[in-house]
Amino acid sequence: MLTNFNQQLYARRRRANTQGLFLSMCSMALGLTVLLWILFVLFSNGLAALDWNILTKDTPAPGSEGGGLRNAIIGSLMMVGLSVLVSTPVGILAGVYLTEYGDQSKTAELTRFVTDIMLSAPSIVLGLFVYAIAVATFGRFSGYAGSLALSLIAIPVVMRTTENMLRLVPGSLREAAFALGAPRWKVSTLVTLRAAKSGVITGLLLAVARISGETAPLLFTALNNQFYNTDMSRPMANLPVVIFQFAMSPYDNWIRLAWGGALLVTLAVLVLNILARVFFREKVRA
Amino acid sequence: MPETLTELKNAIEVRNLDFYYGNFRGLKEVTMNIAERKVTAFIGPSGCGKSTLLRTLNRMYSLYPGQRAEGEINFYGTNILDKQQDLNLLRARIGMVFQKPTPFPMTIYENIAFGVRLYESMNKVDMDERVEWALTKAALWNEVKDKLGQNGLSLSGGQQQRLCIARSVAVKPSVLLLDEPTSALDPISTGKVEELINELKKDYTIAIVTHNMQQAARCSDFTAYMYLGELIEFGATEQIFFKPKRTETEDYITGRFG
Repeated sequence: MLTNFNQQLYARRRRANTQGLFLSMCSMALGLTVLLWILFVLFSNGLAALDWNILTKDTPAPGSEGGGLRNAIIGSLMMVGLSVLVSTPVGILAGVYLTEYGDQSKTAELTRFVTDIMLSAPSIVLGLFVYAIAVATFGRFSGYAGSLALSLIAIPVVMRTTENMLRLVPGSLREAAFALGAPRWKVSTLVTLRAAKSGVITGLLLAVARISGETAPLLFTALNNQFYNTDMSRPMANLPVVIFQFAMSPYDNWIRLAWGGALLVTLAVLVLNILARVFFREKVRA
Repeated sequence: MPETLTELKNAIEVRNLDFYYGNFRGLKEVTMNIAERKVTAFIGPSGCGKSTLLRTLNRMYSLYPGQRAEGEINFYGTNILDKQQDLNLLRARIGMVFQKPTPFPMTIYENIAFGVRLYESMNKVDMDERVEWALTKAALWNEVKDKLGQNGLSLSGGQQQRLCIARSVAVKPSVLLLDEPTSALDPISTGKVEELINELKKDYTIAIVTHNMQQAARCSDFTAYMYLGELIEFGATEQIFFKPKRTETEDYITGRFG
C-alpha cells in the first residue's frame, strides 16, 4: 500500500472520471445521431431520384414531367473545375510564400490575418462582392463569376493548409538542400513542397469538398440556367442553386430532383473527404 | 607522425572569428587553420560552439536572421564572410552532412542527381556515371545499385546517411563539413562512415564535429578542443590526445571534465 494514500480523494477522482466519460459519450452520440439522421433522410428521399435520367436529362420546365440534372451537374463540375485551376496555383504559391519566404515578416503576418478573415467570412458576402465587381460591371450573370466566387472561398483554404503542411517539414531537410548550394526557389519547390505533397493534396481535396456545396456565392453570380449550357460567359445551372429552387417548389418531380441532387453533392463531398483521409494517412506513414 | 600545420596548405583560415546568436556570443576570437586534404576534428562538450563554427564555414547561419559572424574566414584566399559572397556557389564548394540523415523525398538516383543538376548540365549517360561514382565513393553502390528508382526514405538509417554523404560528394565540393555524422547510427554503420572518411580525405578537405572522442582519435589528423565558444587547444590529433598542453583539454579527454 502506498503511504499517504487518500482513499476519499481517489474515489472522488474515479467518480469525476466516470462522469466526464459519460458526458463526452453523450455529446458524441448526439453528434453522430444527427449525422446519421441526415444521411438517412437524404438516402431515403434521394435514392428514388437516382436513375439514368438524372444524368442524361436537363432540369424540367415548370409543370412538365420527368427531367434530370445533367445541366446542373455539368455546370457545377465546370465551375468547381475552373476554380480549382485558379485556386490551386494561387493558394499553393501563397502558402509557399508564407512559410519559405515571408515567415515572420510584416507582409506575411498581414497576409495570414487577412486569410483568416477570408476563411471565416460568410460566403454570401463573397457572393455579393463578386456580384458587385463582375456581374454588375459586365451586366450579366455568368459561370466565370460563379467560379471567381468559389475561388475566393477555396484560395484561403488551400493557402492555409499548404502553409501548415510546409511547416511540418523539418528544417533539417531545408538545410540539407541549401547545403548543396540550391537556391531558395528550388529548395521550396523541389524539396519542401515535395515533402509536403500529400498534405497539400489533402488541403486541395478539402477545398473542393467545401466549394462543391456552396450555394450562396452562386446565387448572385452564376445564377441558374434551365438549359444545357457549357458557355461559361453565360448564366450556368449548378447543383446547389437547383436544389435550393427545386426544393421550395410545388412540383413533385422538382422536389424529387432536389433530393437526388442533394444526395449527389453529399456523395461527392463524402468521396472527396475519404480521398483526403487516404492521402493524409500516406503522408503520416512516409 | 602527422606533419605540422605550417608545412601544409590551408583550405580554410579562420581569423578572429566571433559569432552571435542575437546578443549571445557563441564563438569568441577563434583563429585556426583547416589543412587541405586532411581531417580536422572538433571536440568539446555540448554547446561549446563546435557546430556553430562548422555552420559558419558554409554560411549556413545566414539562413537565420539574427545570427551573424564577425572576423575573417579565408577560403583559398577569399573572405567568405564578405557581403558579396555568393552563398549558393559557396555551399556547392563546401558541402555539409548533418547529424540526422536527411534524404530528399525522391528516388535514390534523384537524391544524388539533384545537387549535380544545380551547377552542371550533363546528359543521361554522364549523370548515370556520376551517380554510380558518388554512390561508390560513399560505399553504398553495391547495396543500392538494383534499386536506384526506390525512394531514398526506404533505406535504413545508416544507408540514408551514406546516401547523404554521396549526395554531398556528387557535386564535387572541395571541402566536406560533417556535423556529428554518426551520432544517429549504429556501430556498424558508424564503422562504415569512418572508413569512408579515411577514403574521402584523399580528395577532400574534411572538417568533422563529433561527440565521440575515439572517433576523433581514429579518423582525424588534427583536433580542435573547444569550450564555451573558445578554441582551447588545437593541434595534431596525436599531440592533443597524448600530450595535451592545456589541463582543460587533458581533463576533457580523460573524462575528468566538469
